[in-house]
Amino acid sequence: MFLKKVTLASAFAITAGTAYAGCEISGNVSIVGNEFPAIHTVANGAAACTGGDVKINLTADHQKINVDGMSGNPAEYTSAIIANSSLVALMNADVVRPLNDLVAAHGQDIPKNQLITIDGNVMAVAFMANAQTLAYRKDVLAEIGVDVPTTYEEVLEAARKIRAAGISKYPVGGAYAAGWNLAQEFTNMYIGHGGEFYKPGTAEVSINNAQGVATLNMMKALTEYMNPDFLTHDSNATGAEMEAGNVIIMNMWGSRMGNLMDDEGAEEQVYSNITVGGPLTVGGGSTPASTLWWDGWTVARNVSDEDAVATFLAMKNGTSPAILTEETMGQAVWMIDGYTPAPVNDGVFAAIAAGTTSYPMLPYHGLLHTALGGNLADFLLGKESAEQALADAEAAYTAAAKEKGFLN
Amino acid sequence: MKHKSFFWFVLPSALAMLLFIFFPIVSVLVQSVYVDHEQVIKTVETCDLFGCKESTTVDQNATAALRAEHPLGQFAGFKTYTDRNHLAIDEFGENWTRSNSWRDFGAQMLNLPFYKAISFTLVFTFVVTPLVIVLGFVVAVAVNSAVKAIRGPLIFFSLLPMMITPLVGALILFWMVDARGVVGAALQYLAGDPDLSVKASTPLMWIMLMVYGVWHSTPFAFIVYYAGLQSVNQDTLEAARVDGANRWLQIRHVIIPHLLPLTTFIALMQLMDNFRVFEPIVSFSAEAHATSLSWAIFNDLGGETRQLSSAAATSVLTIIGVAILLSPVLVRTWREFDRK
Repeated sequence: MFLKKVTLASAFAITAGTAYAGCEISGNVSIVGNEFPAIHTVANGAAACTGGDVKINLTADHQKINVDGMSGNPAEYTSAIIANSSLVALMNADVVRPLNDLVAAHGQDIPKNQLITIDGNVMAVAFMANAQTLAYRKDVLAEIGVDVPTTYEEVLEAARKIRAAGISKYPVGGAYAAGWNLAQEFTNMYIGHGGEFYKPGTAEVSINNAQGVATLNMMKALTEYMNPDFLTHDSNATGAEMEAGNVIIMNMWGSRMGNLMDDEGAEEQVYSNITVGGPLTVGGGSTPASTLWWDGWTVARNVSDEDAVATFLAMKNGTSPAILTEETMGQAVWMIDGYTPAPVNDGVFAAIAAGTTSYPMLPYHGLLHTALGGNLADFLLGKESAEQALADAEAAYTAAAKEKGFLN
Repeated sequence: MKHKSFFWFVLPSALAMLLFIFFPIVSVLVQSVYVDHEQVIKTVETCDLFGCKESTTVDQNATAALRAEHPLGQFAGFKTYTDRNHLAIDEFGENWTRSNSWRDFGAQMLNLPFYKAISFTLVFTFVVTPLVIVLGFVVAVAVNSAVKAIRGPLIFFSLLPMMITPLVGALILFWMVDARGVVGAALQYLAGDPDLSVKASTPLMWIMLMVYGVWHSTPFAFIVYYAGLQSVNQDTLEAARVDGANRWLQIRHVIIPHLLPLTTFIALMQLMDNFRVFEPIVSFSAEAHATSLSWAIFNDLGGETRQLSSAAATSVLTIIGVAILLSPVLVRTWREFDRK
């Protein structure tokens, strides 16, 4: 019995030792985060640390529980894995701890660009990037004889030709589902038109302008070439349409390209010809009509210093170069040393190279995103004018911002 | 029952109701009259993976003292109730003076989120509830007159829609009415329009939501009526038959009067349930076409920044709506009780 235990323990030590060299913590760690393969890899890397208890709660509903779970004292979760948009919600509630002292004491080897710094305080450590870029069928584009589009105007032109050639009736795809997805598409396109969301330095919204109208008109022009059900299509549904061979060209998340290009869910003719391109521009602008996103980890404010140190070390281990294996390499565009990109990740790198802006990390932008998601569909359905839809979104945002104390 | 024993008899349930119904409602009420403290915004430099830029953040130190003193936020009275995202009193008045026809006024009002939600909610409630009662009754009478041997399986199949989780049941219908689904394709064939899409049209989406509502709730009315049918006085039926009443007359003069109290019960439950319509809107991704009060609460809480006061105000308005809807039935029940 004793011997068996020893062998087991040493076997475990060897495996743990090779993958995650020397992570020893003295404190408790509890992680909350979204549920997808890359996050599992990070959480498992953190759980490989020995000496303390590491609890993991990964769920698609993480945003509904992370603020409450970190508000108590002591906090239920010592670390939340978040994206740039959701870091703001945690900072608004003042539940994440500035990491400057921990970085100085234990994190000198973390590359500087991974540190998310706001007003001189390190608030999170990023480990992966994401962006929406072009995905297209190279065989179809070759058949109709057009180059790979670089602007939305060229997408419209290609779509017209594809429809005229009778290849697909609804060749354009996009995650235009009313709500979060639609607001995200507006955000992309509005940034591409060079629009500013707020009056400088204030929380006062200003989207009812020429850029806003141009944005909506371009979105409407694209929907003419989309499946009529576009207001119910999220990224999953749009991806399925492409795999079914109906959609030829679309704007899609980098993290989902792998699903499109693998041999599952589509015929060979389709998946072998799906190609990833860079982000598109619009209206003659040079800023891509897309946004850059990152995922990172935080440390809760209301935990003991001991647990904070343990959490920092565990999360650092979970995002260290050691987690990159053959299997995990393709899960994301890792912002970790030693990462070698695959062709599916070309889009995200092209987006970074093209100077794409990051998604606005402003305390009140979540409210505007919600307001946009609920008010733009009426225009796309032809029920009201672009100006009216934008005015509605502004009014809905203003009422919400007053309630949250951002406006008087 | 003596007053004392009555008191001890209801005490546990009264306590439970106080704890699980009354206090949460009080807490929602309180939440709805407070809004967050004024946030002090400062301009800062933000650096991420992709470079540095100027942005803004909340100055936590500036409001920390204020927050500690008034943790609920600042008192706003009914401001949240009257703002544009709820009752929209100001916009209501503006539309009233500005619009030049009823049609125009109606369109302007339906552009406001609360009135858009309440219009669908009320149409849904008043279409689905009577249909559920009628269909439930028809199914109950049909099953009751079936041969005993097949009654068991018939009851099982009639109850199926209620057993399926609402979200899943709605999703099944959602896929069936897809342009490439079995119902959607059939509709295209029948209408002779290959571009017909239920999900793209507001009226069709409303109809589909109501069809789902009826499909899901009919088993409830069915099982209540079926139970009631078991207690129909057989002597009265027998007497009616002897008097020469045909099947319809028996139903009209014996069965329906017998089941009338149950109808009040079903109507009460269904009015409440249908007024809270929520799951089908989520499952059908129907928010571009139809919203409800419950959906508005969900939307307030589901964003990256949660709007608790807004959700609380909508919740209180929902409670008031349910109370108004139920008042005729409750008043009637009370009068009947008084008469006895």
